[in-house]
Amino acid sequence: MQTVRKTQKTRRVRLATSAILALTLATTAAACGGGGDDEGTTADGKIKLTVATFNEFGYEELIEEYNAMQDDVVVEQKKAGTANEHQDNLYTKLAAGSGLSDIEAVEVDWWSALMEESDAFVDLSDPEVEGRWLDWKNEAATTPDGALIGYGTDIGPEGICYRADLFEKAGLPTDRDKVAELFTDWDSYFEAGRQFVDKVPDTAWYDSSGGTAQAMINQVEYSFEDEDNTVIAAENPEVKEVFETITANAADGLSTGLTQWSEDWTASFQDNGFATMACPGWMLGVIEGNAAGVEGWDIANVFPGGGGNWGGSYLTVPAQGEHTEESKELAKWLTAPEQQIKAFQAKGTFPSQVDALDDPALTGSTNEFFNDAPTGEILADRAEAVPFIAHKGPKFADINTAFQQAIQRVDEGQESADEAWDSFLADIGRLG
Amino acid sequence: MKAGSAAVQPVGDTGASSVSPAGSRPPGQGPRRDVDERAAWRQRLTMLDVKVTPYVFVSPFFLLFLVVGMFPLGYTAWVSVHEWGLLSGQGAFSGLDNYRRVLEDRYFWNALRNTISIFLLSSVPQVLIALALAGLLDTQLRARTLWRMSVLLPFVVAPAAVALIFGNLYGDRYGLANEVIQWIGLDPIRWHVDTLASHVAIASMVNWRWTGYNALILLAAMQAVPRDVYESASLDGAGRVRQFVSITVPMIRPTVIFVIITSTIGGLQIFAEPRLFDTQGLGGADRQYQTLTMYLWELGWRVRDLGMASAVAWLLFLIIIVFALLNLLLSRRAAGSTKKITTKGVRR
Repeated sequence: MQTVRKTQKTRRVRLATSAILALTLATTAAACGGGGDDEGTTADGKIKLTVATFNEFGYEELIEEYNAMQDDVVVEQKKAGTANEHQDNLYTKLAAGSGLSDIEAVEVDWWSALMEESDAFVDLSDPEVEGRWLDWKNEAATTPDGALIGYGTDIGPEGICYRADLFEKAGLPTDRDKVAELFTDWDSYFEAGRQFVDKVPDTAWYDSSGGTAQAMINQVEYSFEDEDNTVIAAENPEVKEVFETITANAADGLSTGLTQWSEDWTASFQDNGFATMACPGWMLGVIEGNAAGVEGWDIANVFPGGGGNWGGSYLTVPAQGEHTEESKELAKWLTAPEQQIKAFQAKGTFPSQVDALDDPALTGSTNEFFNDAPTGEILADRAEAVPFIAHKGPKFADINTAFQQAIQRVDEGQESADEAWDSFLADIGRLG
Repeated sequence: MKAGSAAVQPVGDTGASSVSPAGSRPPGQGPRRDVDERAAWRQRLTMLDVKVTPYVFVSPFFLLFLVVGMFPLGYTAWVSVHEWGLLSGQGAFSGLDNYRRVLEDRYFWNALRNTISIFLLSSVPQVLIALALAGLLDTQLRARTLWRMSVLLPFVVAPAAVALIFGNLYGDRYGLANEVIQWIGLDPIRWHVDTLASHVAIASMVNWRWTGYNALILLAAMQAVPRDVYESASLDGAGRVRQFVSITVPMIRPTVIFVIITSTIGGLQIFAEPRLFDTQGLGGADRQYQTLTMYLWELGWRVRDLGMASAVAWLLFLIIIVFALLNLLLSRRAAGSTKKITTKGVRR
């Protein structure tokens, strides 16, 4: 840098020009390389594998570890900011038949829509991995012909994350065991919220109407679609009840009125925007990132209405990839219990692997950011409390988007609750 | 060369014919006709050369256009009359059913309204500001090149980056724009919620990006306006503004029309800015800023119905043609009328 600053102006200009030229060349070369043979290999002849994930999977250090172990493979991670973004990219490139990463992460909400395209993915079944996952996790990834198209990564057993310092301000208990006694069902959770916003009017009770509604929907076994994947969202009284409860809560000021993953939502972590949120394991990493520097976060070993599972993912190997064999090896390694425990320690993604669940490395792990809470033990308890896994058919993600938008319209005052429900029904009809 | 070889050749030919048996060819006649034919052939080739070569030279563009312009257009039309899923591919022929379903969808009309609103909020100020900016840059400024370069700077920034920066600026609760507004003492504006506010926010991103670019095109045209016209005008007592309105604008009319047409086409296809304005990408909870291109994308990639998406693409194509023609007509008439007023003073 210093030498550049000292040289003459013309040289600097020339340097800038050549830098721009190099950049242009590099980008065009990259663009041209899309269909070329050398895609998937590095300059020194190693095989290059890409892993596409979203939010936080906790793979950063694992990939470094894998790269150090391998002589002929280099792994690179592509992170999307939101699951939606990742899903759009996946569909586009699946339809195009090229451009996908060697390993693509898939979230459970749109898993069954992709199961209908199982031909596009490599069958990953392998005697080595038999019995590695919880039964239901594995069954959901197995096609009727017995092909296994995804290796389970994490599951999303939920607790309640809360700000102890704000609880203290409102005169609520701060100790995580005492807090757990407060939130046994949704009514008591919301009731505590009403007390809270009375005392601390500038802070909402939970982070977003959408997130809370999602947590409640995940506790309904057949919410939007029944066993045969017939859409029942319009008639299902349980869905209507969730909608009514959430919109009434918003009117009472329990919700921030923000949408999850929006810029304002992210910013609200730094601004005492809210005091609690439904907290699947993978959310711990998100909170820690967004609330960096904020003190007082803790997690209670409880979830209203028993237990609930929110999200969790699989790793798939798209058949269009060039190095499917190596990709399968990598996916197998990444989803092995030992690795998933490390990912959990990094970002809170709770293992779906049987052997990981009673591993002391998991059960003994604590999280410094959450007031040294024994997160491993808490989430293992929460996983046990999950009574069933909600059924999610091929239309689940699309209907859920419409549902979330209807709630958002009420939050933002564009429609009354009744109007928003009616337009939600119209949206379902539109999805066909 | 040609004349020389034509003159030399008969000599050699006659020499050859004296060797060959007489009667095999009518003497004198044969070579002469041969020469004529050859010359005619040459001439025809030359004519062909003159006539065809220009087309050969410009053909790469048209061939390329055929491949990357006409083919997608035709193929989209083909897809639009079929049932066609994103992942499942081509289905049965369905005639105009996709068009009917699009026209019956309330979100189509909603998207059309948003598109026109954002187009008006972006293109109109954009062209006007670009015109004024170009007028200012056309004067004797210090460090002219610096100013001219700097108006183009926003154009170099990728739209996605623009959307990110402006997304932070226009945060409903924690954005810089609202902080300034509240500091002045006004109520914060809900940029992502209110329809008009969101359109203004998106239009400002578009304008930020394109105004400088258009200004440079207009500036190039302005510099071609003969300076003596301005001299005579100022002798007649016309001020700067009067000169700009009565001389500059009418004299660069074709360029103004070009800028208007291109910004119309661009304005009706706005995608990246509203798409990245929130994380859902559907144009807000009430689709209050979903444009037609976003609607097309939603149908194709969220509803995964490429047939309907293609129908929207064709409808958008037709809408753009209508708007472009309308604008051409209007801007011609507007520019024409100002010209009439000024011709007396300006025409030499």
